[in-house]
Amino acid sequence: MNYLSIRNLSARVKGGGPLLRDVSLEVAAGEVRGLVGESGAGKSMIGKAILGILPKAVDITEGQILLDGTDLLSLPPAERRIRVGASCALIPQDPLTALNPSRRIGPQITDRLVHILGWTRSDAEARARALLGEVQINDPARVLRQYPHELSGGMRQRILIASAFAAEPKLIVADEPTTALDVTVQKQILKLIAGLQARHGTALVFVTHDLGVVSKVCQSLSVLYSGRVVEDTTVTDFFRAPKHPYSAALLAATPKYTDPSAGLKPVPDAVIAAVKAEVERG
Amino acid sequence: MADGRSQVRRRAGVRLWLSAIWLLLLILLAIFAPHIAPKDPLEQDLFSGRLPPFWVHGADKSFLLGTDSLGRDVLSRIIFGTRIALAVAFISGTLTCIIGAGLGLLAGFYRGWVDVLVSRFIDIWMAFPPVLFSILLIAVIGPGLFSIILAIVVIDWTRFARVIRAEAMSQGAMDYVASARVAGRGKFGTMLREILPNVLPIIVVLLTLEMGIAVIVEAILSFVNLSISTDDPTWGGMISEGRTSIHQAWWVLVFPLITLFLTVLSFSQLGEGLKDRFDPVLR
Repeated sequence: MNYLSIRNLSARVKGGGPLLRDVSLEVAAGEVRGLVGESGAGKSMIGKAILGILPKAVDITEGQILLDGTDLLSLPPAERRIRVGASCALIPQDPLTALNPSRRIGPQITDRLVHILGWTRSDAEARARALLGEVQINDPARVLRQYPHELSGGMRQRILIASAFAAEPKLIVADEPTTALDVTVQKQILKLIAGLQARHGTALVFVTHDLGVVSKVCQSLSVLYSGRVVEDTTVTDFFRAPKHPYSAALLAATPKYTDPSAGLKPVPDAVIAAVKAEVERG
Repeated sequence: MADGRSQVRRRAGVRLWLSAIWLLLLILLAIFAPHIAPKDPLEQDLFSGRLPPFWVHGADKSFLLGTDSLGRDVLSRIIFGTRIALAVAFISGTLTCIIGAGLGLLAGFYRGWVDVLVSRFIDIWMAFPPVLFSILLIAVIGPGLFSIILAIVVIDWTRFARVIRAEAMSQGAMDYVASARVAGRGKFGTMLREILPNVLPIIVVLLTLEMGIAVIVEAILSFVNLSISTDDPTWGGMISEGRTSIHQAWWVLVFPLITLFLTVLSFSQLGEGLKDRFDPVLR
């Protein structure tokens, strides 16, 4: 039994079209699974559905989200929140809005430890200091007393990563954690996430549109198009020989630094038309 | 996000201190009015009517700011008027703030049917002409301190609700709210611990503005004789009385007017100054 398994999950906007169509995916304990696809493919929605933070306007119409064998969707909201809070965490996309501007860093990291896991304040603070050290922040004690606006974007993302790992969760959803950062910082942050993930043995659902990132951190991936999983494969297989024509076109569209003269290759219209038809057909 | 604010270096100190000192002075005057006021504010003496303030020729030095047409001491009446002005400002300001900000916060953060209910209610409420509404209200329940406070609260809570709702909505869309929810915080707790501190600077500004507005509203209602009974000295009542004798005794109108003006200005400046103190980015 895998740690997370999503079965036939469908969701739609209230009074609107479908967002997720019959999505199934599995994440084993300690596995890193990438969710890739273009904007609007539903990759972030899956992450939000797992954590129970879908926008109000989105309805889950059917399916199951099994976390360690328990269907989260069948739990009452309060119980679900506790269960998710104790075993899952989020690394959000935009470090600039993901920390509360009017609270100090310290309590924002320790809140979960104190409220959900019942740690004492001083234990939680010691833990936060150790974690900030682990994400290579100098002088953690000082940073814990600072406000978010006093820190750079890269620093804040490190703090969010530390905060995500704070309660030793079994599963972390990383929602495009490097998209809002500049390229040099991106690389450090990726290394950091991969390193922490390996050390703590956390399962990771990594939402991204960057196949380069996938090749660096993921073991398996799901390619999404318009809310449907069009390919579910391992990273090795995907980069060697993508099975689905859309995946192949997506891979071909990645710019090659070794051959700049090749230019950019968009996904061909014919492939888009084909995958669209396939997704609608179901 | 809001990092531009950290570039702003404002010297809010002087404004904050001046307005705080003025308001503190008023509070002391209100509390110790019977000990500070040189005369009985209600004592009439028709022989010493319309005496000018002390620096004008023909003044009686014991009436520092002169007397009105009934011979009552202007300074003492201003000092006693502070009591009603401040009581109205603090009580109605606070009540308006609690009701308006509370409903706005609920509507903006919970959205859904709560929002629909509160927003439609505000829309309907704001369609009533406010002055007519307060006059009607006071006509029904009778004049007095309680009616004035009620009228201000009933009319002005929508101002808070509107602004706070919009702010709560924009804060609610931030990632830190999602993070708090994932970390297991309940909806109501999220609202109090995560959203409220971030709308607090705006609440403070609105609250002090509201206190200033309450002072003006009380003056307006006194002006149209719908406030406290005419015996009790109020600034608005004094302005209204002074208006009739502006050519013979300008001081009866001008001194309460200056007091009123400085008080309303101080409230709004205090709000601006406090906002900077409450805002972690500006602090």
